[in-house]
Amino acid sequence: MLGEIGLVALILALLVSVLQAALPLAGAQRGVAPWMAVARPAAYAQLALVGFAFIVLTHAFVTQDFSLLYVAENSNSLLPLMYRYTAVWGAHEGSLLLWALILAVWTAAVARFSRSLPDTVIARVLGVMGLVSAGFLAFLIFTSNPFLRLLPAAAEGRDLNPLLQDPGMIIHPPMLYLGYVGFSVPFAFAIAALLDGKIDARWLRWTRPWTNVAWAFLTLGIALGSWWAYYELGWGGWWFWDPVENASFMPWLAGAALLHSQAVTEKRGSFRGWTLLLAIATFSLSLLGTFLVRSGVLTSVHAFAADPARGLFILIFLGIVVGGSLLLYALKAPSSADAGKPFELFSRETLLLANNLLLSTACAMVLLGTLYPLLADALELGKISVGPPYFALMFVLLMAPLVLLLPFGPITRWQSEQVSKPLAMLLPWAGFAIALAVVAYFMAPQGPVKVAAGVLGAAWVLFGTARFVWTRVRSQTTGQRFTAEMLGMTLAHFGVAIFLVGALLTEGLTTQREVAVAKGHAVELGGYSFRFDGAAHSQGPNYEADRGTVTVFRDGKPFTVMHPEKRAYASGGQVMTEAAIARGVTRDLYVALGEPLGDGAWALRVHIKPFVRWIWAGALLMMLGGFVTATDKRFRRVAEARNPLPATEPTPEPAR
Amino acid sequence: MNPVRRRRLLWVIALVVAAGLATALVAMALQRNIAYLYTPSEVLRGEAGEHARFRLGGMVAADSFKRAPGSLDATFRVTDGDAQMPVKYTGILPDLFREKQAVVATGRMENGVFVAETILAKHDENYLPKEVADKMGMAHKKHDVAAPGAGAAQGAK
Repeated sequence: MLGEIGLVALILALLVSVLQAALPLAGAQRGVAPWMAVARPAAYAQLALVGFAFIVLTHAFVTQDFSLLYVAENSNSLLPLMYRYTAVWGAHEGSLLLWALILAVWTAAVARFSRSLPDTVIARVLGVMGLVSAGFLAFLIFTSNPFLRLLPAAAEGRDLNPLLQDPGMIIHPPMLYLGYVGFSVPFAFAIAALLDGKIDARWLRWTRPWTNVAWAFLTLGIALGSWWAYYELGWGGWWFWDPVENASFMPWLAGAALLHSQAVTEKRGSFRGWTLLLAIATFSLSLLGTFLVRSGVLTSVHAFAADPARGLFILIFLGIVVGGSLLLYALKAPSSADAGKPFELFSRETLLLANNLLLSTACAMVLLGTLYPLLADALELGKISVGPPYFALMFVLLMAPLVLLLPFGPITRWQSEQVSKPLAMLLPWAGFAIALAVVAYFMAPQGPVKVAAGVLGAAWVLFGTARFVWTRVRSQTTGQRFTAEMLGMTLAHFGVAIFLVGALLTEGLTTQREVAVAKGHAVELGGYSFRFDGAAHSQGPNYEADRGTVTVFRDGKPFTVMHPEKRAYASGGQVMTEAAIARGVTRDLYVALGEPLGDGAWALRVHIKPFVRWIWAGALLMMLGGFVTATDKRFRRVAEARNPLPATEPTPEPAR
Repeated sequence: MNPVRRRRLLWVIALVVAAGLATALVAMALQRNIAYLYTPSEVLRGEAGEHARFRLGGMVAADSFKRAPGSLDATFRVTDGDAQMPVKYTGILPDLFREKQAVVATGRMENGVFVAETILAKHDENYLPKEVADKMGMAHKKHDVAAPGAGAAQGAK
């Protein structure tokens, strides 16, 4: 019975979302205030309805209601309680419901925190978000109903995919979706601005924290996914350029470009059209990501079922969103007459333009590599795959200039700057970074080029950003404050430096061996000795395991004991490798069991991964940067900005 | 030409040069890193070409998997129902690798043996990668190999 009520709630939510889209949009166009006033209550009602449906599904999982097909397929009576909650979004239907719920949360948040915006603007923004929501709810109800009954009820469920029975997986999808869906706010704003025919810097200021928060969540989601792949897949890799990873990485790159171009448009009025286009592109890529991952055109851990009807639905939806937005843009793009304040060839605007060009080119490159196999398949050119070396090479080529230019951005003035000034500030630090890189080159036991490049890039970004902080802090006495926005930017840029250390040093210095070891024998690697003490049988809640014991020695002294596992899950008989990891700031020891080779011997995979944790630490710093930036008081001054500023108050952003 | 126009022209030229350069690089990098998927029958017909890196897709033939004692050297045969291809691989196989299950191996031919660099196995009890299923086409109906099903896919990267 509850399941049917859940479905009814979803249908009601769909009706409400149609209402939320139609009335306010029409009202804003015609200037009918009561129609526009529908937007906010509709947003809250939608949150209540979708939230209720989500609770119903969660309840079904917790109480093991195997009369629901979705629950029967993704749960099992042996499944630990914690994973029953997360199994809700363990497969297609539930994860779409989570998508819809998060969209409803964002919409309600927009409704709540938009008191300072003009009524027509907020009516349009909420209307567009209602449209998106209607699309997703229709998709959910017509092709992916999570409340489908299974009659007669199954006696036992098929169990959650063992790969997903992991703490990292609990928060990875929600964080990713918070990011994806969060980009619907700048998207809705862009559409509203196009409908309105003018883009107002004050409204743009209001959207900036939303973009930053969405991007921060997406950063966290991607970092969690990478971290999970590292310890759960048993291969010790942290990024595979897998189509599904690319699907989340494309909106991240576009979002990073959007953050920077929004800053230019808000502060200087330049790049208006470009910012709108990027906002549309970022959200479209989020939808494309959902399409790629959910439609089954890609075979991967994330593609749950290949149902052509679903793929077609999302493709049509994507076509409407992208095509409609671009058409609207073509018809009503801001005229070049209000192109913002002019700027010279060397200025912060130019640097941010370079940033945007590089990030969006990188995004296009990833898009091409990801879609090329699909295109080739559709055009009957054969079944092909694009290898990671393509992505790695292109990405490094595009990101190298970005890293080089990064420290210049913050210390270069808006509008016009003499090249010599930032150069003079940064040259000593460039020299220092190069000196460190040379030392690293000769000290590295292997992969000297990657190590040197990592040290060079990281030191350059770190020192360059620190130089900016020092300049700002010193000039505080003259009345210039160090704002939350600057702090956020600094943190994110430091994050880039930490990430560079992690990514390049891990790639350069990782050592690994795959060997067959008999009990009592040892594997030597990088100054450590890994002694295999055999594997014993052990019993988990819903799996059986071979639990290996590996004693690690360093310089002949016992260092640590590690327990890699090979698990066989009770239902479905899937086998999973649980790697054992000895964590460290400067290196991880990583041991995974391969397969039994008879006579107590096992295949063993041993890695030493220097600085691998810095990869995620860097991502976390970038995330923190996004959140801190969003707290800047300036973004909350939209209301006051509608009236002329009092003469005594300093202008929000003094030109530097 | 007034300064605004000249600036704009410079931008356009820079953009065109950058786009051209990017396209050339992308095309080159793509060309080098594309791997086609072939089935054993196609390889035996010579469609895969000599010494080129490609992906071999099919099912691991029953009772074909052997490992040399005390080492990680493995050999097995991949079948598409019509033809078989011997495969050599050194290293740890993915969790999902099993006989009579689908496999996609990347590598090249050496003396009539496919030497694999990486092995991908994606399945649950009744799943076959879509591209392999497409390639094998009617083979499933003719022979006793598991047919593709709509089960949950699982990947080993």
